[in-house]
Amino acid sequence: MNESIKNKGFANCFTNGLIFENPTFVLMLGMCPTLAVTTSLSNAIGMGLSTTAVLVMSNLFISLLRKIIPDRVRIPSYIVIVATLVTIVQLLLEAYFPDLYESLGIYIPLIVVNCIILGRAEAFASKNTVIDSIADGLGMGLGFSIAISCIAIVRELLGAGDVFGYSIIPDEFNISIFVLAPGAFFVLAFLTALQNKLKIRKDSSGTVMGCNLDCKNCEICVGNDKLKVENTVSTDALQNKKEEK
Amino acid sequence: MNLFLILISSSLVSNVVLSRFLGICPFLGVSKKTDTAFGMGLAVLFVITIATAVTYSINEIFLKPTGIFKIDLTYLQTIVFILVIAALVQFVEMFLKKYIVSLYESLGVYLPLITTNCAVLGVALSVVEEYTFVEAICYGVGTSIGFLISIVLLASIRERNEYNDIPESFKGMPITLITAGLMAITFFGFSGMVK
Repeated sequence: MNESIKNKGFANCFTNGLIFENPTFVLMLGMCPTLAVTTSLSNAIGMGLSTTAVLVMSNLFISLLRKIIPDRVRIPSYIVIVATLVTIVQLLLEAYFPDLYESLGIYIPLIVVNCIILGRAEAFASKNTVIDSIADGLGMGLGFSIAISCIAIVRELLGAGDVFGYSIIPDEFNISIFVLAPGAFFVLAFLTALQNKLKIRKDSSGTVMGCNLDCKNCEICVGNDKLKVENTVSTDALQNKKEEK
Repeated sequence: MNLFLILISSSLVSNVVLSRFLGICPFLGVSKKTDTAFGMGLAVLFVITIATAVTYSINEIFLKPTGIFKIDLTYLQTIVFILVIAALVQFVEMFLKKYIVSLYESLGVYLPLITTNCAVLGVALSVVEEYTFVEAICYGVGTSIGFLISIVLLASIRERNEYNDIPESFKGMPITLITAGLMAITFFGFSGMVK
């Protein structure tokens, strides 16, 4: 977390997650659901909102309990909290949105291992007040939802010609590879390339960060102090650290 | 179902990374060099095999209505499995550190990272319903072989990509994702091998 952003109230925490540290496009976290459930817009929105719900609640509880949970067992405690919330969400979806539950399938329980949730728990909720943590969870969750919805719109439009089930492009012009597995990689690749392009133009004087692929979750969930999270670890730094070890 | 068919279908036909999108994080994160990718792949193989065996047994013995508690506890699967996997990874790491030092040194760094590899939990959750114990293990081994193959392939391609002239905005992640996409197309060639 940037020092400048810390303790700056609800709005700042919210927009930080939504835009400046967007989990999908900027931090590159939670790639599995990003690629897997973006075959249609309704799936993406369902996944995004489920993740948001879990994220807000987990940030709330972890922030409330941050002074009670002993430091040494914090990671298992976070995992238990998150897994409980995910199970609740899973049962609710099964009861009230059976279609969505069917189409998301195994990716609902896999919200537990979504990098974003444990990442925010460790990097934000365990250090900040309850209100800020809720704002952060909301911002991050909505940032994630919007990002995967963008990917889903592109994939659904190009691949199936539909958006939300409404046919837009006639069937003859569909490029079905976009709803299949490779399409997910291509769409995400081009969207990140586009983002890089804009970033390069914006700060052509400064150094170009490119995309930080910091698989943060990996370090976080380990609870390994030697691999303690730094927020701007780039891939290289991560690799270097591993080699040092 | 034929064990060999399970092995082939889980490793190649529905490849864990390229068609089911599990374990993308290590796939993209630890694939810069071929030997580190190989280490990661081996560690995943090791953990998935053990984790599948343990979680499957726990599900049979404790969680199913036919288990020792006689009540349906399968809704606890997610919580129990993730905790078991996390504990197991720690335990495996400690065991290797003490007894098989050479293996620990080659896998050591990657082992703790596997706790959050969604492939492990994904396999554990997807085998409990439809497979028998032996088939489940076979599925786990097949899945991790598929992971090993794809991460080593990606790492080798990325090493070559280093020397290529890539447009500025495609450097880093985008070109890696495109590589992965092309690999996914290639793996479509296997579909139809197993019904």
